[in-house]
Amino acid sequence: MEIAATCILPGTNRGQLLSTRQPISFWGCVDPVTGNISDRRHELFGESISEKVLVFPFGKGSSTGSLMILELLRLNLAPAAIINIRTEPLLATGPVVGKHFYGKTFPIVNVEESDFKLLKTGIHAEIVSQKKGSYVRI
Amino acid sequence: MHLNETEKRMLAGKNGKACELAMNILSDLGDLYGAERMIAVSQVHIDMTLYMVDAGVEFAERMADWGGEFAVPTQLNPASIDLIRHEKMRVPKDLLENSRRLESAFLKMGAVPTWTCAPYQQGLIPSFGEQVAWGESNAVAFVNSVIGARTERYADLTDVCAAITGIVPELGLHLAENRKAEILLVIEDFPVQAFNDSRIYSLLGFIFGEIAGDRVAAIEGIPKQVTEDNLKSFSAAAASSGAVGLFHVIGVTPEAPDIETCFRNGKPKDTVVITPEMIVSAESRLIQGTCSAPDLITLGCPHYSVEEFKILEEYLDSRKIKSGIEFWVFTSRKTYEAIKKNNLRGQIERSGVKIFTDGCALQYPKKSWDFTCAMSDSVKYANYCFSQTGLDVIFSGTRDCVETAISGELRIHPIWK
Repeated sequence: MEIAATCILPGTNRGQLLSTRQPISFWGCVDPVTGNISDRRHELFGESISEKVLVFPFGKGSSTGSLMILELLRLNLAPAAIINIRTEPLLATGPVVGKHFYGKTFPIVNVEESDFKLLKTGIHAEIVSQKKGSYVRI
Repeated sequence: MHLNETEKRMLAGKNGKACELAMNILSDLGDLYGAERMIAVSQVHIDMTLYMVDAGVEFAERMADWGGEFAVPTQLNPASIDLIRHEKMRVPKDLLENSRRLESAFLKMGAVPTWTCAPYQQGLIPSFGEQVAWGESNAVAFVNSVIGARTERYADLTDVCAAITGIVPELGLHLAENRKAEILLVIEDFPVQAFNDSRIYSLLGFIFGEIAGDRVAAIEGIPKQVTEDNLKSFSAAAASSGAVGLFHVIGVTPEAPDIETCFRNGKPKDTVVITPEMIVSAESRLIQGTCSAPDLITLGCPHYSVEEFKILEEYLDSRKIKSGIEFWVFTSRKTYEAIKKNNLRGQIERSGVKIFTDGCALQYPKKSWDFTCAMSDSVKYANYCFSQTGLDVIFSGTRDCVETAISGELRIHPIWK
């Protein structure tokens, strides 16, 4: 099925969904050297986010998170894409800088809260993020 | 987004490669979040000064090599370590080297080596209404709320781009309409003497951040005699438990002389009552682990001020720290010089306290020390301690930290009777 989405950062990619209802901070929550969730208090603790389509409602607003995402891109450990309900500028900064600095980035889309529930871990998804007609196909 | 001729030239690389990259990043972010135009900022506070990952060093060095020069006065957040007393801190060679690489790159681009996370207490302090670009969560919250200057919460990397171009997309808290309060927090049933204990401001900040999240909120019931350092603790705590970029203290902070003004004559979307029980609960959540005897006492998160050193010296009262306990205070180079006066620094150091400059309490070289449990008078420190250092942690007041350090036994006095 095709889920309508809003483009935050353009691009297309595919991968397996890794989904949580808990917010994620890329500082303190993700180990930038391994790409694994490193916060013991997080329900995804120990999971690798690399090449996954990472699904979480919104970021947890650390200003250092942008740098951690840039490191994940540098080491080719970044997620394939991110799907949020809302995305704050702090989260989008990493992939924007990655695009210009390393030529590496990933798309981000937003979906409605009602569709968010459909995006369960393990499902394969295709993300098309563009100015008009963005979608997630599962 | 509309760009003027100067900005278009920057984007096209006419002002050099570093400026081109910075401008491309800023204009992408501006487009993404619907900014109409860029605005000039009078100064920048860079957050990206701690060595975290190699991408940060590569970015700063590349910008400097490409001829990047800071277009406006630019100050620096702490390094990961004390750049002067690194031996005393047992800093390993690779961490020192990476910190030096960042230092060289930022100084080459023209930064002022302030190395402090309390840039609102010294140096180039902006005035009310001034547009600035600051990183570092506690500093952003303080400068927006207590001083009334205007900044968004800048991410690492964007802060460097703002310093190189001297401009930022006109978004968020730069705009007057986004600075009005949405929710109101009301302090109720607190005994008057509760406000004589400085812990109360940190704990209120912690609760404030949890409730406000990323919304602008106002708080009513904080007495007018609140000190600058109390508001500093409030800012740091609030910005660590929530994405707080701006808060209003009714009757205290400049954009909130009264409720009507900070809500722009509108009604709060939500009113939340803060009770004494919430303080007790917050206090218990800021003790993590089962430790009964801390081996590290760390103060100065954010960096200690001259006033805070005076209070510390009073509590120490020339007594000695118990052997086996490390007692550290982090501050700026400028404050370190200022406390030489009246032998304040000498008195404190004779008690066995180590004073560090430049560095960050949360980023000390963990492998060089075998601490198990830390104690601090900072809620921000206690909140991040476990995830950043792996240590058990206890939050209490400065006096309790001192009494614990001298007796070697955990001393916490109740916040009110």
